[in-house]
Amino acid sequence: MTTDKPTPNSFRNQPDDRGHFGQFGGRYVAETLMPLVLDLEREYRAAKQDPAFAAQFDDLLEHYVGRPSPLYYAERLTEDVRKDAPAGKGAQIWFKRDELNHTGAHKINNCIGQILLAIRMGKTRIIAETGAGQHGVATATVCARFGLPCFIYMGAKDIERQQPNVFRMRLLGAEVIPVTSGAGTLKDAMNEGLRDWVANVHDTFYIIGTAAGPHPYPELVRDFQSVIGKEARAQMLSRINRLPDLLVAAIGGGSNAIGLFHPFLDDKDVQMLGIEAAGHGLEKEHAASLAGGRPGILHGNKTYLLQDDDGQIAEAHSISAGLDYPGIGPEHSWLKEIGRVRYDSVTDTEALSAFQLLCRTEGIIPALEPAHAIAAVEREAKKMDRDQIILANLCGRGDKDIFTVAEALGTSI
Amino acid sequence: MTRLSAAFSKPHPALVAFITAGDGDTAANLDALVVGGADVIELGMPFTDPMADGPVIQEANIRSLNAGTTTADIFALASSFRKRHPDTPLVLMGYANPMTIRGGDWFASECNKAGVDGVICVDIPPEEDPELGPALRSAGIDLIRLATPTTDTVRLPAVLNGASGFLYYVSVAGITGLQVAAQTSIDEAVARLKAHTDLPIAVGFGVRTPEQAANIARVADGVVVGSAIVELVAKHGINAAGPVRDYVASLKSAIISARG
Repeated sequence: MTTDKPTPNSFRNQPDDRGHFGQFGGRYVAETLMPLVLDLEREYRAAKQDPAFAAQFDDLLEHYVGRPSPLYYAERLTEDVRKDAPAGKGAQIWFKRDELNHTGAHKINNCIGQILLAIRMGKTRIIAETGAGQHGVATATVCARFGLPCFIYMGAKDIERQQPNVFRMRLLGAEVIPVTSGAGTLKDAMNEGLRDWVANVHDTFYIIGTAAGPHPYPELVRDFQSVIGKEARAQMLSRINRLPDLLVAAIGGGSNAIGLFHPFLDDKDVQMLGIEAAGHGLEKEHAASLAGGRPGILHGNKTYLLQDDDGQIAEAHSISAGLDYPGIGPEHSWLKEIGRVRYDSVTDTEALSAFQLLCRTEGIIPALEPAHAIAAVEREAKKMDRDQIILANLCGRGDKDIFTVAEALGTSI
Repeated sequence: MTRLSAAFSKPHPALVAFITAGDGDTAANLDALVVGGADVIELGMPFTDPMADGPVIQEANIRSLNAGTTTADIFALASSFRKRHPDTPLVLMGYANPMTIRGGDWFASECNKAGVDGVICVDIPPEEDPELGPALRSAGIDLIRLATPTTDTVRLPAVLNGASGFLYYVSVAGITGLQVAAQTSIDEAVARLKAHTDLPIAVGFGVRTPEQAANIARVADGVVVGSAIVELVAKHGINAAGPVRDYVASLKSAIISARG
């Protein structure tokens, strides 16, 4: 991990010293957790300055995770999109292939960073929440790698629809704890994770899976995930000696998106597009907190949330368990408000169709999360010139989703 | 003298009793708390995601929200309580989002109009005070802060800065209703807090028997009881007022005789 210092007035110098990204972010936690959150911030500042920490992080990413992940020109997908595009239109589509990481998604980048912090802080017990199970698997993986006991909170409904990942976590030695409160999905798993943490602050480290939660989590998760954008930027320059015109990434909490976007934020000619899950449609049940929510406070930070007039949090819906959350990381809320990043959404149906398209054209089975990004890429590429370049983050592979997709397509396996 | 400071100036330590608004017959249960002898009442504002609460209060929140309780309903309960009980202090307790969604000023002004005396917000630590603190202070509503076993003496002044009404000592690191702290750790903590503040110290989390209440009353200025009362509401539904009154009376007599 290397840290090049952003220039003043940069888009890359957030958050402020109180953990705020403009009006978003912050540390909205119970008093019991506050001292620990402050400790974590101190420890993270020290780790950032410590070359040994960076060296260990980089070494594990290279030899354990398998980084750098490839940068890939999707030639047949590009051709396919050009077939229905107006004359001269149809941008080149490139992928950052984080689905090839150990454990099959970008989540592991962050887990490596956080478990190193946990060990630095002398914590001996790890907890995490998970939705689709990808973050749970990544956390269980690093816990096995470092020999720490691991407890994963997972909504009962998610356990049902993500059995393969539940089994993976158990194989890796983690205890998967079903959460039945609320709707039994990611939001409820996060509540239960916070309840465990508050009762076990003395020895427990909470590995949060996305760039959200109380400061410094949004910042440190972003920093650990920024390896995606740093690699992609260098790879683009070395392969074709130019930067992409548009970056696209799917957003649940938004860690793969902020990891890709952040290193490019000060490249003013690079546009960025974050894709939320529109579920059954924005007028029905969905998980698009920027499109359909407004600012509020949940799970330690202020950010856009799906909620009613009284501030009661709504249940989200997406076919992708990893996007099924009524909030979003606070830095995305800020980037939306200042207009640096554009945000749009993709429905379950559109994501399913993009999922199949990528299978057929490129021989890659994507996770349902990046399938949302791919659907948007198709849309955008048709509006852009042929010499323009779109770079999308293929943040996870689809093995875990084949049962969900089969069911949605009316096939039993 | 405010209603809260009057409640903590009685010859005996204060009994602080909690129920969740909109769970069961709240108006009748509030009256039962007063008749049973509660000196301060905490009225919980239900939230979809009560991440500092144990199962008992989580379920009360769900029952209340499923019954359709709104923020307007809660202020209506508070206003009518104030008319019936002009002297008993009423404190709203809850989470940041329902309190701040229309802005801190709106919330403080509604508290003022409804005769609410103080506010406890679980997830606004001193670091985020601007969210609600200035609005409450300028509306004359006490902001009651929480101190916990993890609040060390270095941090304590930050917690006390801007706190008023009383200081709520959360005696265990954990969620509501599950465990009770060892009495010796409570004794030490109260002594430590008293060295730093003149605010009354009320101790809560996990208190359920009259004996536990009496032990805390020997050292603290107040005893907070929540989950045990909410359990009675869960058990007896709309007929909870009688059992709540009797239970609160048993706590009260233990507290009164504690320093006997």
